[in-house]
Amino acid sequence: MDFDANKPIYLQIVDNIKDRIINGDFSPGEKLPSVRDFAAQMAVNPNTMQRALAQLESEGLIYTERTSGRFVSLDAKTIKTTKDEQARNITKKYVQEMQALHYSLAEINTLVSESYTKASKEEQQ
Amino acid sequence: MTPILECNGLSKNYGSKTALKNINLIIQPGQIIGLLGPNGSGKTTLIKLINGLLQPSAGSILVNGMKPGLETKKIVSYLSDKNYLSDWMKVEDILQMFEDFYPDFNRQKANEMLKDLDIDEKQKFKTLSKGTKEKVQLILVMAREAKLYVLDEPIAGVDPAARDYILRTILRNYNPEATVIISTHLIADVEQIFDAVVFINKGEINLFETVDDVRIKHGKSVDQLFREVFKC
Repeated sequence: MDFDANKPIYLQIVDNIKDRIINGDFSPGEKLPSVRDFAAQMAVNPNTMQRALAQLESEGLIYTERTSGRFVSLDAKTIKTTKDEQARNITKKYVQEMQALHYSLAEINTLVSESYTKASKEEQQ
Repeated sequence: MTPILECNGLSKNYGSKTALKNINLIIQPGQIIGLLGPNGSGKTTLIKLINGLLQPSAGSILVNGMKPGLETKKIVSYLSDKNYLSDWMKVEDILQMFEDFYPDFNRQKANEMLKDLDIDEKQKFKTLSKGTKEKVQLILVMAREAKLYVLDEPIAGVDPAARDYILRTILRNYNPEATVIISTHLIADVEQIFDAVVFINKGEINLFETVDDVRIKHGKSVDQLFREVFKC
């Protein structure tokens, strides 16, 4: 994983794991690797990984069973909320960039539909 | 908790040349520390003082509360920036030597790492490529169950794929109470494995901060900050 220069590494790990929970790469209830293995997989410092996992835990996306490790939350609502939040952030960023290019809502809608249709077709092939 | 490394007013001169000037540094156990500085900044001098290969000109240095010597060598695993292994030996002979020499040497761990990196134990050290020699040396050092690992430029001569493996090896093989000090100038490749970094320049410490603090305070990666601080 490559890291941005100006954002704390632990927050970038949080985002990465969040994405993987949202997109189903980690399923609800799935056991996560140990801190050390997880850190080695992502080639990051174990204390940084620990901090990232603590953050995810405070957001309710993962939970700890005292003796058996960390698991992805089983709470579908929390995962959905996080997913919606993520979708809003992506949309906001996109809309801001399009506004900077002086596109109207109607024009943006047309482009989005166009792009969506094209992507769906490509997926079918 | 006893710091794993404590330097108080530590100075080292070579004749009239000052290599380290009044270094004050306390490192607590359980961390991976990057020791960063340009060529000739004093990194290797500090590392040699930690290992008892040099004596301080002034001030003191303590490793796990002890002066560097026989007792600290039992708990410090040191990767030198130079090869000191005998060329005529086979890799397996060197493993045997380390096993005889260090009670904390874990032969099984060493064998696993050699296998992962596809290094044949029957080969003579002499016949290995420069990069493979470096890998063997790092394996020897990381296969010890030490309290402090001091790695002087561990990744300088290996290809990027092996570099990744080596970083993972370091992350997997030190125990959480142990401390790893890594000197390097290939900062961009390794900064995400550090807890904190020490910038050393002209024998003095100019910065000792956690990697995330560097990002929060300066809005830069350690690599970018380093390039700025040490701009030529």
